[in-house]
Amino acid sequence: MLEQKEGSQAVADAVALCRPEVVCAYPISPQTHIVEALSDKVRTGELAPCEYVSVESEFAAMSVAIGASAAGARTYTATASQGLLYMCEALYNASGLGLPVVMTLANRAIGAPINIWNDHSDSMSQRDSGWIQLYAETNQEALDLHIQAYRLAEELSLPVMVCMDGFILTHAYERVDVPTQDQVDAFLPSYSPRQMLDPGDPVTIGAMVGPEAFFEVRYLMHAKQMLALDLVPEIAADFKDAFGRDSGGLLRTYRTEDAETVVVALGSVLGTIEDVVDELREQGVKIGVVGIKCFRPYPLDEVRDALGHARRVVVVEKSFAVGVGGIVGQNVRLALSGGGPTVYDVVAGLGGRPITKRSLHALLADALADRLERQTFLDLKADIVEREVQRLQENRLSGPHAENMLRDLGIVAARPH
Amino acid sequence: MPDQQIKFYQAGSFVAGNRLLPPEQRSVQSRTERSNTLTSGHRACQGCGEALGARYALDAAMRATQGKLIAANATGCLEVFSTPFPESSWQLPWIHSLFGNAPAVATGIASALKAKGRTDVRVVGQGGDGGTVDIGFACLSGMFERGDDVLYICYDNEAYMNTGVQRSGATPPAARTATTKPVGPEPGNVFGQGKNVPLIAMAHEIPYVATATVAELRDLEDKVERAMEFRGARYLHVFVPCPLGWGSASRDTIRIARLVKETGMFPVFEAEHGEVVSVSKIRRRVPVEEYLRLQRRYAHLFGPNGHPEVIQRLQAIADRNIKRFGLLADATEGADLPGPATDSAGFPAEEPEPVQPLDADSNLTRLLVETHGSPR
Repeated sequence: MLEQKEGSQAVADAVALCRPEVVCAYPISPQTHIVEALSDKVRTGELAPCEYVSVESEFAAMSVAIGASAAGARTYTATASQGLLYMCEALYNASGLGLPVVMTLANRAIGAPINIWNDHSDSMSQRDSGWIQLYAETNQEALDLHIQAYRLAEELSLPVMVCMDGFILTHAYERVDVPTQDQVDAFLPSYSPRQMLDPGDPVTIGAMVGPEAFFEVRYLMHAKQMLALDLVPEIAADFKDAFGRDSGGLLRTYRTEDAETVVVALGSVLGTIEDVVDELREQGVKIGVVGIKCFRPYPLDEVRDALGHARRVVVVEKSFAVGVGGIVGQNVRLALSGGGPTVYDVVAGLGGRPITKRSLHALLADALADRLERQTFLDLKADIVEREVQRLQENRLSGPHAENMLRDLGIVAARPH
Repeated sequence: MPDQQIKFYQAGSFVAGNRLLPPEQRSVQSRTERSNTLTSGHRACQGCGEALGARYALDAAMRATQGKLIAANATGCLEVFSTPFPESSWQLPWIHSLFGNAPAVATGIASALKAKGRTDVRVVGQGGDGGTVDIGFACLSGMFERGDDVLYICYDNEAYMNTGVQRSGATPPAARTATTKPVGPEPGNVFGQGKNVPLIAMAHEIPYVATATVAELRDLEDKVERAMEFRGARYLHVFVPCPLGWGSASRDTIRIARLVKETGMFPVFEAEHGEVVSVSKIRRRVPVEEYLRLQRRYAHLFGPNGHPEVIQRLQAIADRNIKRFGLLADATEGADLPGPATDSAGFPAEEPEPVQPLDADSNLTRLLVETHGSPR
C-alpha cells in the first residue's frame, strides 16, 4: 500500500513484516525513530511474538543479538556511528560465528569531533568485519532491502548490514509502497537454523580454534560472501517478481551505455548525481552513473564490466581512509587494474556537508576537462587546514584539532595560546 | 548387638558424609543420573577450583531444570580449558562469544526462548572474575536491571589467570599478581580498591544473590537449586582457588576455600530481593594468617622481611565482614558439633595445622616458580 511516511517508519514497518522474534537496541541518532517504532509495535502486540530488549549499550545490543540468533530466533538491531564502533568486537564475533543477524545502519560520521550528520565513515570502517553491506538509495529501497536482507542472511548464515543515510533518508518523508504481510511471508520463509542452542541436541558454539583450523573457518566467511555475489542478484530478481519493483542487487547503472565518463557512488547522493548527469546529458556530455548497492561482498567483475569501457571514472564517496585516500576509489581501481579508465577519487560530504548540484557540476567540469587531481576533497576549505598546519610547524604545541581550526572560522571563541 | 555410634562428620571437615544422608538430601554429584555437564578430559590444572565449581554448579542447574539448560560462557580459563576445537567438555548447549558479553548473550538466549514460548528451558551465564566484575560488568548490570531470566555465575579466583595472573577488580589487597608485584613501598595489591559484586548485585534488588565456596559443595548445589526456583536475574558468586595463580598446592584448594570462609575473609550468604536472608556461620574461627600462609601470593607478608602490619589490616577486613554479616555462631549454636566452639571472644586455642611444603619436583611447583619466582 502506498503511504507517505518517514524513512525510519518505513524501515520499522519492513522489519516488523519480517517477523523478528528478538529486537535489541540502544538509542543513537539518527537510528532512534526506527527502534522507537519497533518498540511501539511490540508493546501494542502488533509485532508478536517478539521480545524488545532495551539494552545498556551497542556492545550489549549486538551481544544480545548473538545470543538470540544462536538460540534460533530471527534477530534485529539498528545503530549508527559511534554505536557501530562500540559494537565492533561483537560485529566480528557475529560474522565469525555465522549468525544471520540483520542490522540497520543509519549512516553517520564518526568523531572526534563529535558530529551527528551523515557520511559513510561508520559503515566503511567495518567493511572488512565479515558483514554483508547493502546500501539504500531511497527510502523505498531501504524498506525493500530489509526484506531481502533476511533472506540473504538466513540462506548464507551470515549477518547483513543495511546502510541508509542518516537524516537524509531516515528522517525524510517520502512515498513508499509498504507490502502486505502475506506478500512478505510468501517471499521470506520462517527461520530454521541448521545449528542452534537446543537442549534436545546440545552443541558447543564458539570453541577455541587453533592454527589447524582457524584459517579455514575465516576463509569460509569469504567463500560465503563470494556465494552472495550470485545470491544478491537472484534475491533481487525474486523480489522484483514478487513485489514488482527493482531494488537492491549488486549495482545499478544509469545512462552508462555510451558513457565516456562514469560517476560512481553509494547511497542517497546517487539521486543528486543522476540529476546532474541528466543536465549534462542535455548538453550532449556522454556521462552516466554506477551506484554500488552491495559493497561487501565487493562485486569486482560487475564493477569492471560497468566501467571498463569508460574513459574516466569519478568516484564520489562519503568516507576516506586517513593516510591513504578514498576507500571506494581503491576498490574501483582494484576492479580496473591492468588498464582502462582514469579513476578520480572525490571525497565529499563528510560530517553532513551538503553535496550540491552546483559543486558536482564544477567537479565534473574539471573531470571532463581532465584537470581534476587524482584525489580531491570536494568543497574542502583548504586554507583553514593550511593555516593550522603552518601553525603546527611554527609552534609545536599539541592540542585539540577542532578547537584550533574553529577559531579561524570564528565559530568558537577559543583564545589563542 | 552393640550400638555403633554414627559419627556424622567423619572427615573432620564439617562436611557430612554423603552416604549417611537420606537419599533426597544427597548431593547431585553422588547421583548416578548426574549429567556430567562439564565432563572429564578437559585441560584445567590439577586442583582447579573453577573446574570443580562449574561442574557442581552446572550439574545442579541441570538437575533443577531436568536437563533443559543453555549456558553462555565468557572468555577465560573455563572457556579455554573446556573447548579446544574440535573437543568440548560440555554436555549441554553452550556458547562462547566474547570476554565482556556473556551476560548479554545469556539475555539474548533467554529472550529468544521467551519469544518462542520455551520458558521451560533456562539459561546460565558464567565467567571468571575478570569477565564478570571488570570487562563484563556493564552487561551484567544491564541484565540485572532488566530482570532477564538468567542465572549468572561468577567463578572468582581473584585475578586474570588465563592471561598470566594479572590484577582484576576482584583481587584482594596485598595479593601478589603479575601487575601487583611485591615491589615498591606498598607490596602487592593496594588497599581500598576492588569491588564487591555480590553487594552490587543486591543493590539491583534482583530476586536472588548468593555466595559460595568450593569447600562446601553441597551448599553450592543448594544455592544453584534455590536460584533456579526464581524467575528473573539471579547472581551466584563462587570462591574458587587457583593453585597456579595463588601459588598454592593443588591439594589445598578445598582447604583454602574452607579457610577463606572460616577467617571471615569471604562471607558466605544468601540474599533475596536485596536483603540478606541467611549467612553461613563460621564453624571454627581462624586468624587470616592461617589462610594467607597457604598461598605464595601472600608470601611477601611473612618471614624476616614480612609485613605483619599488612596482615593486621587483612585481619581487620575479616573482622569487619564478621561483624557486618554476623558470621559468628552463638555459643549455643552447633554445640553438638565436633571441634572447638567459636564465639565472639575470638579464636579457638588450637594450633593451626602445619603447612606442608610443596613437592619440589612436581609440574605445579615448576609452574609456580615461573609465575611467582623462586620459593623464599
